[in-house]
Amino acid sequence: MKRARWKLREELATHAVLLPLGLLVAFPFFWMFGTSLKTAPESVHFWPWPAVPQWHNYATAWQSAPFGRYLFVTAVSSAAVTAGVVLSALLAGYAFGSLRWRGQPWLFALFVATMMVPFEVILIPNFLTIQRLHWLNTFWALIVPWAANVFSIFLVTQSFRSLPPDFQEAALLDGCGHFTYLWRVAAPLVAPALATSAIFAFLGSWNALLWPLVVTTTTNMRTIEMGLSHFVQAEATNVHLVMAGSMIALLPVLLLFLLLQRKFIEGLAAGVKG
Amino acid sequence: MKWRRNGWVALVCLAPALAVLGSFQVAPLFYAVNVSLHSGALAGNEWVGLANYRALVGERAFWQSLEVTFWYVLGTVPLTLLVAYWIAELLNRDIRGRDFYRVLFFMPYVVSPVASSAVWKWIFNASSQVNLWLDKRGFEVRDQVWLLQPRGLFTLLGELWGVDVPSWAGGPSLALCCIMVVSIWTMLGFAVVILLAGLSQVPTEVLEAAQLDGASGWRLRRRIIWPLLSPTLFFLLIIFIIKAFQAFNSIYVMTPGGLSGRTATVTFYIYESAFMAGGRGTGFGSAVSLVLLTVILALTFIQFRVLGRRVHYEGAA
Repeated sequence: MKRARWKLREELATHAVLLPLGLLVAFPFFWMFGTSLKTAPESVHFWPWPAVPQWHNYATAWQSAPFGRYLFVTAVSSAAVTAGVVLSALLAGYAFGSLRWRGQPWLFALFVATMMVPFEVILIPNFLTIQRLHWLNTFWALIVPWAANVFSIFLVTQSFRSLPPDFQEAALLDGCGHFTYLWRVAAPLVAPALATSAIFAFLGSWNALLWPLVVTTTTNMRTIEMGLSHFVQAEATNVHLVMAGSMIALLPVLLLFLLLQRKFIEGLAAGVKG
Repeated sequence: MKWRRNGWVALVCLAPALAVLGSFQVAPLFYAVNVSLHSGALAGNEWVGLANYRALVGERAFWQSLEVTFWYVLGTVPLTLLVAYWIAELLNRDIRGRDFYRVLFFMPYVVSPVASSAVWKWIFNASSQVNLWLDKRGFEVRDQVWLLQPRGLFTLLGELWGVDVPSWAGGPSLALCCIMVVSIWTMLGFAVVILLAGLSQVPTEVLEAAQLDGASGWRLRRRIIWPLLSPTLFFLLIIFIIKAFQAFNSIYVMTPGGLSGRTATVTFYIYESAFMAGGRGTGFGSAVSLVLLTVILALTFIQFRVLGRRVHYEGAA
């Protein structure tokens, strides 16, 4: 009895620290939402809530920049990048995790080593490559360089290594080809690693700013992050519209995250442990 | 019999990954070296040898970008880890609503960095309103412009307390400190999730045994929890330092132009010199990026040598 009471008190004390901290972290989102509903004169004040919510701000923001096009470009390129990452990681993971061939450990080590290369070093050469391929301002530029990544390959390889080798041997003895085995038997078994790869590939592509900034110059090929950063500067005097635009950019990913939060968070924790 | 053909199957399987990573991850490393030895001018891309590297040594903006990055790492990494550890320890207790808090703290890491930089920009901007409001009510807060303030933090604090701070000890600009706040806010949830995963792996039997032996509080942490958590902390430290060197988005959105270099980290400086009008071109930018690569590799190597030895891996003595 006494112990239960003590536990309750400890829990309350923990919440007393965590709740204010959590609200502090959430405050900018609240501020963004509140300000997006203000009138122009209200928008310069710190107080985060309007007297009367101005929902039409969203329509105004939507019309003052081609947000529809931005979202379309971003959705297409993020989806393609995600598909590429999942497919290349599934295939490469099979080669590294379930097949034995000469030079395998050596090549795997090389793959993992490239994870250490920071993005800013390959930024300029990759820009020049894209320029030479005449891919500037195309979807290719936004998709192809990101269609495979080492982190995902590493994750999926670990997953393949944890499969019992009998599965593969039995399947191959039964006359089942490598790709039938891979598609029918192995892929569903490594699905959690593939899902984590997909989530982080999608997130990385959707939220990228520096790369689209470098390889696209036309309004037509702007991603949402780039479009928004333009909007922030162009509408610097209309804070309420900037915040409405920010909400538009933020909502798709926020909804996806809230829907799949367990996959996001546990995938990250598991990926690091692996 | 099929095993013999493994080599071919492996090659086919690896082809897509090899093509993409080879062209856009490995080759660019060598290409970067080549680019850095050329002028990169539009008129004619001439071989210039080490001229870009020599120019870089004499360039004040380059050294300033290194200084800014140094402050940025120092101001964000330890604080993020400290606060995140504190939160993770609280969340590791047997409490209700753990998932709710995890989602709350993780949210800034997930959502659009441009949108969150934009909102912070206006929060700092509107804070001048708060200052004004306080001023009117008799509190003496000098109107502080936050993100537009290029002067050093220590200089400003010195003025506040009436101490004369020499110009070389001015510290990071107030604008940069504001950007650091945003960075900590963004990365906090990432660190919390990973530290929480680490903490939940500390075996309860070990903790209970230690508690029976009379260990508690700080002793428990120092002797058992921290050593078991050290691989996780080490991983986070390395990742965060690399990420801090890559800081770009918030700086680009919150202080476009880098506030005459006072908020320009090395990555921002590379972008500026290679891609913005009036920059020194791709050759110079590549030279800077390779110097940066050397710095990052050296730092990582030092961390492995100095800290790696103290990291406790399971099964090791």
